[in-house]
Amino acid sequence: MHTETVHITPYRAHAWVLIALLALTFVTITVTWIDLSALTVAIALLIASVKAYIVLTNFMHLKFESSLFRVFVGMVLAIYVLVILFTLSDYLFR
Amino acid sequence: MTEEKTHHPEPSYLVDTGKYKGLMAWLTSTDHKRIGLMYMYAMMVFFAVGVLLGMIMRIELFFPGQQFYGPQMYNGIFTIHGIIMIFTVVIPGLAAVFGNFSMPIMIGAKDVAFPRLNLFSFYLYVLGAAIALASQFMGNGPPDTGWTFYAPYSIQTHTNVVAAVFGAFVLGFSSILTGLNFIVTMHRMRAPGMTFFKMPLFPWSLYATAWIQVLATPIVGITLLMIIAERWLRIGFFDPSLGGDPVLYQHLFWIYSHPAVYIMILPAMGVITEIIPTFSQKKVFGYRAIAISSLAIALVGYFVWAHHMYTSGMSATARWIFSLLTFLVAVPSAIKVFNWVATMYKGSISVKPPFLFALGFIFLFMIGGMTGLSLGALATNIHVHDTAYVVAHFHYIVFGGVGFAFFAAIYYWYPKMYGRMYNFKMANWSFVFLFSGFNLLYFPQFIIGIMGMPRRYFDYLPQFTFGHQLSFFGGVLLVIGFVIMLITLFSKKGAKAPDNPWGGRTFEWRIPSPPPLENFDIMPEMGENEQPYDYK
Repeated sequence: MHTETVHITPYRAHAWVLIALLALTFVTITVTWIDLSALTVAIALLIASVKAYIVLTNFMHLKFESSLFRVFVGMVLAIYVLVILFTLSDYLFR
Repeated sequence: MTEEKTHHPEPSYLVDTGKYKGLMAWLTSTDHKRIGLMYMYAMMVFFAVGVLLGMIMRIELFFPGQQFYGPQMYNGIFTIHGIIMIFTVVIPGLAAVFGNFSMPIMIGAKDVAFPRLNLFSFYLYVLGAAIALASQFMGNGPPDTGWTFYAPYSIQTHTNVVAAVFGAFVLGFSSILTGLNFIVTMHRMRAPGMTFFKMPLFPWSLYATAWIQVLATPIVGITLLMIIAERWLRIGFFDPSLGGDPVLYQHLFWIYSHPAVYIMILPAMGVITEIIPTFSQKKVFGYRAIAISSLAIALVGYFVWAHHMYTSGMSATARWIFSLLTFLVAVPSAIKVFNWVATMYKGSISVKPPFLFALGFIFLFMIGGMTGLSLGALATNIHVHDTAYVVAHFHYIVFGGVGFAFFAAIYYWYPKMYGRMYNFKMANWSFVFLFSGFNLLYFPQFIIGIMGMPRRYFDYLPQFTFGHQLSFFGGVLLVIGFVIMLITLFSKKGAKAPDNPWGGRTFEWRIPSPPPLENFDIMPEMGENEQPYDYK
């Protein structure tokens, strides 16, 4: 029989996550004022990825889950990367 | 089996035992079997509307030139025909109806993992369909973009695109939630002893389908919202006059809409994989190969989307990559066909109506699949792109494949659904009309397509007249077959169905017909040496 452990995250951890997300949002807005030319989108995506990681691991409890869930999330990310790569096979070679 | 086990004290799921009676009891039921049947009734209505619209097109095309209505109305009719048939019939299709009705029983569960979410999915489906249909009667007239809503025309047309797009968006939510429900159900609620590689193959196909539903549908949801944002806020995503890229729209649309073809066809393949061993009374050939090929189709099928775009101005590199991948996805599909044929070989075949429709499926799916390869090849695609050849190809897959599998599934599980048999002779006649009508309707489209008849054209050159007229008569035969099928199934009560009328081995044939509310009196188990298709 499968047993489940309940994880109660302390308020302090949630507060740190909130602060981190707000800070990263501030950084996202700030970097739009700097001319980084081709890197603009890459940096915005990088910051968004860090935010997504924080949400996935903390709010969505991925850091407490079994490896099966991590495999699923990894599979989704792999498919996402492949979709981007195949789409770029059009845009980069036109 | 003891007397105690065969006598069933629990009333069937068709009997109202809850707070409400009659229609309200159905509309508020979270029972997976009732929800499956509600999907089926809704889809039959939408299918009938879609067929009617198709026949209205065929009547107009009987002769060249304008007969009964103008080109703008023709554009509106083929658009809503596509939206209804794709988004409300074939995409939810077999998964929503038979996945809901049969899958939990086949894996030995009392219901799906989230029954209320399941009912919510049904209501989202009804809401999305209602919005899509209402788009015909609101604003500046029916949308005229085709079901693909290609930009930049979908941004520029004054017709009521936003409502239709939003309807498709809501339908997508329903699909995602159903997929999620099925994944959790199959992971968490299988009977003791039923490992993944002992699970029947229809649930396996639903598992692969569910992953596509969950992973691909959000992309089209966002894309459709981008159309609305571009129309209302003038953000330049896709319209070149606003700084957008129309090819990007095609990428985003087909990233979902090609895997959607596999959302349609994988459960159809799953149904055929149940029917063939049952009516051959033989263990399915290559169980693991069929199970893994479902996953392979789902995975590779995710990366072939741009074969719809060879003529859209894509790079040559992307074209050959997507052509190669398209040829690769044919391999797991062919594995299934070989396994079906090998299962029938030296089997004790009983040609009952579900089996006839399964054979019809294989024949039509093979034609649809092989013509798909000629479309996947770069050189031939340039010649037949956007011609009636494409129309014929996808109808052979979507109607000849999914439609015939749907009919096969109804005839297969009908005794379990209603606890009644039906008239086999009438059912066989429905097959004769549907099969001959289907081929007469769509095969001429291959010919006139190669001759140069474009798709979505209201008018045509005189040399295509005979082909269009053959198609019209095929359509008439098809409608007759559909009516015969409805009369066979729903006009009068047949004899009482036994629990296992076909000699099947999966769990649904071990419980009463119709099943009790929670499916099993005693929860089933799968023995260590037991296999799902053990006909010895």
